[in-house]
Amino acid sequence: MAGEKIGVYVCHCGSNIAGKVDVDEVTRWAAEQPNVAVAREYKYMCSDPGQDLIKRDIKEHGITRAVVAACSPTMHEPTFRKAAGDGGLNPFLLQMANIREHCSWVTEDGAAATDKAKRILGAQIHRLPLNVPLEPIEVPVNANVMVVGGGIAGIEAALKLAATGKKVYLIEREPSIGGHMAMFDKTFPTLDCAACILTPKMSAAGKEPNIEMLAYSEVTEVDGYVGNFKVKVKKKARFIDTDKCTGCGLCTEACVVRKVPSEFDQGLSKRSAVYIPFPQAVPLRATIDSTRCLTLTGKKCKQPCVAACGPAAIDFEQQDDTVELEVGAIIMATGFELWDSRKEQRYGCGKLDDVITSLEFERISNASGPTGGHILCKDGEAPKSVAILHCVGSRDENYQEFCSRVCCMYSLKFSHLIKEHLPETEVYECYIDMRSYGKGYEEFYKRIMDEGVNFIRGRAAEVTDVALEKGEEGHLIVRVEDTLLGITRRLPVDMVILSAGLAPRADAKATAQIFGFGCSANGFYLERHPKLEPVSTVTDGIFIAGCCQYPKDIPDTVAQAGAAAACALALVDNATVKVEPTISYIDHEKCSGCHICVGVCPHAAIQYNEEKGVAEVVEAACKGCGVCVAACGSGVPQQRGYLDEQIFAEIEGALAV
Amino acid sequence: MKYLYFPGCSAEATGRAYDASARACAAALDIELVDLEDWNCCGSTSYFSIRELESFGVSARNLAIAQEMGGMDLIATCNACYTILAKTNRYFMDDPTLHEEINEALAAAGRRYDGNVRVRHLLDVIVNDLGLEAVSARVRRRLSKLRVACYYGCQLSRPMGTFDDPEFPVTMDQLVEAVGGEPIDYPVKTKCCGGMLMLTQEDAALKLCHEVLQGAAQKGADVIITACPLCEMNVEAYQPMVNKAYGTDFHIPVMYFTQLLGVALGIDDRTLELDKQLVPVGGVLAKVPV
Repeated sequence: MAGEKIGVYVCHCGSNIAGKVDVDEVTRWAAEQPNVAVAREYKYMCSDPGQDLIKRDIKEHGITRAVVAACSPTMHEPTFRKAAGDGGLNPFLLQMANIREHCSWVTEDGAAATDKAKRILGAQIHRLPLNVPLEPIEVPVNANVMVVGGGIAGIEAALKLAATGKKVYLIEREPSIGGHMAMFDKTFPTLDCAACILTPKMSAAGKEPNIEMLAYSEVTEVDGYVGNFKVKVKKKARFIDTDKCTGCGLCTEACVVRKVPSEFDQGLSKRSAVYIPFPQAVPLRATIDSTRCLTLTGKKCKQPCVAACGPAAIDFEQQDDTVELEVGAIIMATGFELWDSRKEQRYGCGKLDDVITSLEFERISNASGPTGGHILCKDGEAPKSVAILHCVGSRDENYQEFCSRVCCMYSLKFSHLIKEHLPETEVYECYIDMRSYGKGYEEFYKRIMDEGVNFIRGRAAEVTDVALEKGEEGHLIVRVEDTLLGITRRLPVDMVILSAGLAPRADAKATAQIFGFGCSANGFYLERHPKLEPVSTVTDGIFIAGCCQYPKDIPDTVAQAGAAAACALALVDNATVKVEPTISYIDHEKCSGCHICVGVCPHAAIQYNEEKGVAEVVEAACKGCGVCVAACGSGVPQQRGYLDEQIFAEIEGALAV
Repeated sequence: MKYLYFPGCSAEATGRAYDASARACAAALDIELVDLEDWNCCGSTSYFSIRELESFGVSARNLAIAQEMGGMDLIATCNACYTILAKTNRYFMDDPTLHEEINEALAAAGRRYDGNVRVRHLLDVIVNDLGLEAVSARVRRRLSKLRVACYYGCQLSRPMGTFDDPEFPVTMDQLVEAVGGEPIDYPVKTKCCGGMLMLTQEDAALKLCHEVLQGAAQKGADVIITACPLCEMNVEAYQPMVNKAYGTDFHIPVMYFTQLLGVALGIDDRTLELDKQLVPVGGVLAKVPV
């Protein structure tokens, strides 16, 4: 491999790199390194003229290897490998030296940054002669798509994909699809009834022949790779034969266990042990709560549900069932949780009766909710005054630093609903800043101001029932600094609504791990690129949509669901997909058949060949993680592109400066 | 269990009952307290706002002596002493310049400090080092049905919340439960008592005291317990003035938490100085079976 001609291309990245690293010096130094034929610097190497430099040098200078010293390979390695390929060089003969994220962005001192850049670049110059041409592996693509989560994001993505003729598996953890949106009363700023716009979509998803809905089910295991995922889904036992059940609800009326707090109504109403979460549920099927049913908890019961059920759908013997599905792409739409307001003890949530959360208010104001749409305090009286406290758990360094984006707007909606139901009731909104940034939002804010709502700029300090002044007895008192007037106020009110922020699901990290991608520092699913790939994850073939990525309103969620569907379609509409050839291989001559690599492989990509007595790599299943390489006592498995001698050469190169 | 003990200035004046009951409880709970030798003012009051470095120096001298005496954990009972000593400790460790300046000052008196002494509050030591079960096991008079408002004051848990939640501490409530009492829901538990303002801005301080008392009265407390000599004095001694200013009729006994704990541990009233209370406690304690 002596006699290789290496081209070195150092990028300024505007001032991102050149602001710290002396790019001229690095380029001059590179030109003097062994095997380097040409060394160039350019302001933006990823631009067309930048890429052309590489292509031209391959043709005119007979460059046989190339290294681009620029940004992270996750950013532009595909760009430059394609350029090398277009120029006639095998793409795997080009390496990236990351002197931006690993160097200029994180180094204070210019001289130190320049020295570090040389070492990072030197490592690649040193290893390049050992690179060998590799060819991408082409594998067939399964045309089915899985959507995980049946809220508005999941429903929308599933419907869009089904419309293109693709088969979609829609997985939902709860007994019905619908998610949080199904709980809402009205939607801001247009005040459409949430049910009126959501239930047709739910029903369409239920009837769509291309959608196979698995409600009351959870994904337990994901294997495979882009275009070829194998997903295990646990269908939790409903103890109801869903083929026979007609959703008539007679069993729910017959059930003797009647005091189970309804999850759908935020515990404000009671359901029976056998239940249908809400009248518009899809699928409209009963479910028996195995933790509350007398029969299933081993207690005596005359089983009136069985007597009431005409089609004999109740089956106490039913077991959880696991099915394995094969899909080419997966869309994650697992949504959010409302931030637990009890953590902010100063507001008395959970202790003071009429301090309620935003979701509780959604249910109270909803015509199909526990009060039939009448806004009432716990004592059954209509409140004469209501305070709405913004940013509960949001924009708070003690809890969640970020803005939850929807709370200002839903708070305005609450004010409107209160004024509409109870025109004489005084409403106070205690806010930090009003964030009414969307289409029609600022106009909505203006409209609510005109409706006579009192806006107080200040984060509420506390909610207490300790009455100090006349007129406070028997009320909740909100203490708040009115920062516009420069005074502190005590507002005696009958009801306090906490506009709680949106939080990542408690099991978001565990779920992300099952699917093989990560979460951001704030706990939401991490997108591949915040601006240019907001619906992709680091795992090829897995996309994200809705509030599982970050808090967003319904319009943004629906838009992102459409984008995720388009990305999934762009993948599964192809017959094949190319996967990276940087996977491991096993030399049969050296393998002793000890099985260690078979056991450590997280992707079941190594199989034991009984006949030959050796381990073999299933190329299509290997993800190139390198675990087998590290595990083998004899160093037999090797990973293409990351051979031992290539790694050692990099280390030598980094130390040689 | 052996600790260094910093009595603080009030222990010899208005807070004598706190000092006496703290020592009696510690003895009953087998917590050995060794008095800090030649201790001086913790550096509290307005000194910090006027001459910060000197205040740190005064405060750090106590820590230096604690180090000389073996560096055991240093217990304070007064909330202000606890907060100021802990603050000095933290700033001393976090700020290298201050670290040097303080040691330069201490060197003039032939001392030095390295920052290894932990400052603790007696409440923390009883609940977290000894443990609630151990306390409960030594109770000789369970305070059944005694409704107790646990008043932490503004300084015990804030700003850092070292051993409890800064806004809604619960340690004292847990201790009351452990001795059989009934801690009430007391939302004003970390509100300010008015502090020194009682001498300069009486109206403002009375307003704050009123809130502390009103909260306890409204929730039906038999007694308020505190962990701070200044809180105790303001909330107890100024009840007649609050009553006059707000047209109320408060007669709520206010005790140190160590006095109430002492009652539960079977220590006699005289040792606990219960006979010197301004609002007599005999009436409410009569509710508790001996």
